[in-house]
Amino acid sequence: MQSTAHAFKDNVDRALVDDNLQQSLAILKVGFSERRRQAVERLPEFEALRDRARDIKNHALAHLDLYLEAFEAKVTALGGQVHWAPTADDACRVVLDICREAGARTVAKSKSMIAEEIALNAHLEAHGIEPVETDLGEYIIQLRREPPSHIIAPAVHLTKDQVADTFHEHHRKLGFDRRLTERPDLVAEARAVLRRRFQEADVGITGANFLVAETGSSMLVTNEGNADLSNTLPRVHIVIASIEKVIPTLEDAATLLRVLARSATGQEWSSYTTFNTGPRRPGDLDGPEQYHVVLLDNGRSSVLGGDMQDMLRCIRCGACMNHCPVYGAIGGHAYGWVYPGPIGSVLTPQLIGVAEAGSLPNASTFCGRCESVCPVRIPLPKLMRHWREREFEHHLTPAAVRQGLALWAFLATRPRLYRWATGLANRLLALFGRADGRYAWLPLAGAWTRYRDFPAPQAGGTFHAQWKTRRGAGR
Amino acid sequence: MTVGLFVTCLVDMFRPSVGFAAVKLLEDAGCRVVVPDVQTCCGQPAYNSGDRADARAVARQVIAAFEGFDHVVAPSGSCGGMIAHHFPALFDDDAAMQARAEALAGKTHELVSFLVDVLGVRHVDARLDATVTYHDSCSGLRELGVKAQPRALLSGIAGLKLAEMANPEVCCGFGGTFCVKYPDISNAMLADKTRDIAATGADTLLAGDLGCLMNMAGKLQRLGSSVRVRHIAEVLAGMSDLAAIGEPETAPAGPAAAR
Amino acid sequence: MTAREQMLGAIRRSLRRGTQAGEARAAVEARLRRHPVNIVPARTAGTDEDRVRLFERWATFNQATVVRVGVADVPGAVVDYLAANNLPARVVMAPDAALDRYDWDGRPMLERRRGLPEDADRVAVTGALAGIAETGTLVFTSGAAHPTSLNLLPETHVVVLREADVVGPLEEVFARLRARYGEGGMPRTVNTVTGPSRTGDIEQQLELGAHGPRRLHIVLVRD
Repeated sequence: MQSTAHAFKDNVDRALVDDNLQQSLAILKVGFSERRRQAVERLPEFEALRDRARDIKNHALAHLDLYLEAFEAKVTALGGQVHWAPTADDACRVVLDICREAGARTVAKSKSMIAEEIALNAHLEAHGIEPVETDLGEYIIQLRREPPSHIIAPAVHLTKDQVADTFHEHHRKLGFDRRLTERPDLVAEARAVLRRRFQEADVGITGANFLVAETGSSMLVTNEGNADLSNTLPRVHIVIASIEKVIPTLEDAATLLRVLARSATGQEWSSYTTFNTGPRRPGDLDGPEQYHVVLLDNGRSSVLGGDMQDMLRCIRCGACMNHCPVYGAIGGHAYGWVYPGPIGSVLTPQLIGVAEAGSLPNASTFCGRCESVCPVRIPLPKLMRHWREREFEHHLTPAAVRQGLALWAFLATRPRLYRWATGLANRLLALFGRADGRYAWLPLAGAWTRYRDFPAPQAGGTFHAQWKTRRGAGR
Repeated sequence: MTVGLFVTCLVDMFRPSVGFAAVKLLEDAGCRVVVPDVQTCCGQPAYNSGDRADARAVARQVIAAFEGFDHVVAPSGSCGGMIAHHFPALFDDDAAMQARAEALAGKTHELVSFLVDVLGVRHVDARLDATVTYHDSCSGLRELGVKAQPRALLSGIAGLKLAEMANPEVCCGFGGTFCVKYPDISNAMLADKTRDIAATGADTLLAGDLGCLMNMAGKLQRLGSSVRVRHIAEVLAGMSDLAAIGEPETAPAGPAAAR
Repeated sequence: MTAREQMLGAIRRSLRRGTQAGEARAAVEARLRRHPVNIVPARTAGTDEDRVRLFERWATFNQATVVRVGVADVPGAVVDYLAANNLPARVVMAPDAALDRYDWDGRPMLERRRGLPEDADRVAVTGALAGIAETGTLVFTSGAAHPTSLNLLPETHVVVLREADVVGPLEEVFARLRARYGEGGMPRTVNTVTGPSRTGDIEQQLELGAHGPRRLHIVLVRD
């Protein structure tokens, strides 16, 4: 998708005045975090599992080439095919070729962030193949021609009324005349529409939560069951997954699953957790005749072994955005590309460049709530800070900020001069009057005083000036 | 035990009474308090803006000024966290400096957690007839584990009733330079926070970081709220008769008021 | 250079090692061979009866319904469930020999067809490889005896599960899979299903029956 990450501030302005969005975010801010909290409370081993989950992913990344080879050997032995895609374009081309060879007209898709990352739908449509999103949220935003605003709840920015309008507009031609108002009816109508689409689809495309090297299995975690229909009914099943999804064993999958659903939705376990291993076997009554796995790199291999490698541990649970007060204020679309929230602020500059997405890692208070809930303990604030450092090194930081910092650093490393400057500032502020105890306006502080008063300094001078008078110089 | 007090740049400039409150609390608990004259700032403005070189320069200065003390204490989880949590990472290419940074990190504390966890203070003599709500500032909470300690000491303050807000652990939107780089996002976060504060019915808001307090006080006052905002150190030190943050002063603050 | 060589080469350059990777390769092979167990939640410990109760508790927590019966009462339990939910006494049943031990013919009013589900089928009856007490999860393996679409297409899924097949944690399922399919072997699909299909995609409110079954009923059989 076309990035608007460079226009982050404009995106934010729009988001903050979007009433529907703000209404949806109000639910998100309390719902997800409360459900996660309860789930964590129910499992005493949760923190230890997070440590182990982190270690498993670190081990897998440190041996990534070897586990990918092992995974490939298993899939191939079972009659599946593994395709290697260094770039997004390569992945799109591979998928299109498979679809064409299968004579596909429609494709049933189960929500995949990798498909969003490589803009697969646009590529298929441009070549006359219709992709049908089958996850309810993803289906809704496909009808609306919008990108997802959350990695596990793509339509979380929409209200029920907006969904009702969208269905009414698009389902009329399918014979559903009535505008529905109740949630169960909306879900039932989507189920009926999509059931037909599943049955006519020639190819099913899914992502993967994990790839298990031990067995050659691709794993899918959903609540709706749409991924399972996508990999059971069509003749061809294509899995698209990025390389860092590979993990060693089924036991390792168990550990990661124990932290995934709890972190994501606060569930003990997602409704459907599925291990797919190759095409239909002799004697099977259903299942695809062809099974393909497309392994995407798209810049990830270059992150390995460096100071940003931690981001590759991500298991895409969405907990960081569910707990991020910035995401809670602006929603996912403002981030301007596929991955929103704290993990997006770390991944996006890597995937589309820090010049385009440099605002994202800056738009954080470093409150650390994301890191405190990350199931694989990704130090998200630290990684955001790394990006800020790269921006600073490459002179992408705004000139005014650089100059301000240079002046500040000049003073901060010269304590005597600093004392003089703070004393001066203290007296200057006094000139603006401190009778009210605060200022509604101050020169150069418009960004603060637009929304808040600015507390006046206490009378009597700075602490250090007073301390010197009282006790003499400390040392 | 000699404690080096890291005053913090905001306390120095805007609210010296917090520094004096810290001195009183530490001295009452039996510490000898020294305030090194060469301190300015912990370096966060540079560090959080990606300016590693300047952050290191400031860190070197802090390390040199404070490494001689038994403990270093700051009336701030943010500055305390910078020294205790981030300084060593600034010197990962300089083993000698890193060792000094780690040594300093290991003995640097946020004020209230130092009182409770290190000095074993269980009770302070103070009174505040107020219903109080307490905001957990992010760095103190997540980098230094400041959560139970302030509540433990507040529970012993005569006349004080604690009314917890809905999401005390969610950021208030300050974030240092964040609040002026992204004022609109900051304001949206702050609006949630002030709503949570108002919902408690508390007449006083406390926290352990002056940046967050100035941010929340400024918003509450802009909204016309009567909630008074104070640093927890002032309350624990029995200095609640001072004008609250952003309120007009009747008498000059400072040592006279602190005694 | 193939895309494969290009990608593996890039990974090895980043990890600073060659193709042989002696020690690393040995570590990988050992882990795949030994597949060590990580942390297993203590909640799965206990007697057989504890385990069955735990399974029942979590299955119910996840909006499945559970009934415990003796072998002779299985067909009756299915009939009763259908009647109580105003469902037709007509089911599509997995062609699974394990289901033949129950006396379905003793309930002549229950219409049964074995095989793949069709559009008109509203109720599926299947067995399961196992139930996982840890989370109240059912485990289905694809094969001639159990087409996957039975777990997905009909609106109501009734699962007949023997108490002896209720295991503690997920790891015990892996042991059963390895016993049946060999080390590193898997059927085409292993579905682990916890409660009915659901979605929270409209205003984050839970709705059951998004794509898969709206109802999941588990008949737990004492042997």
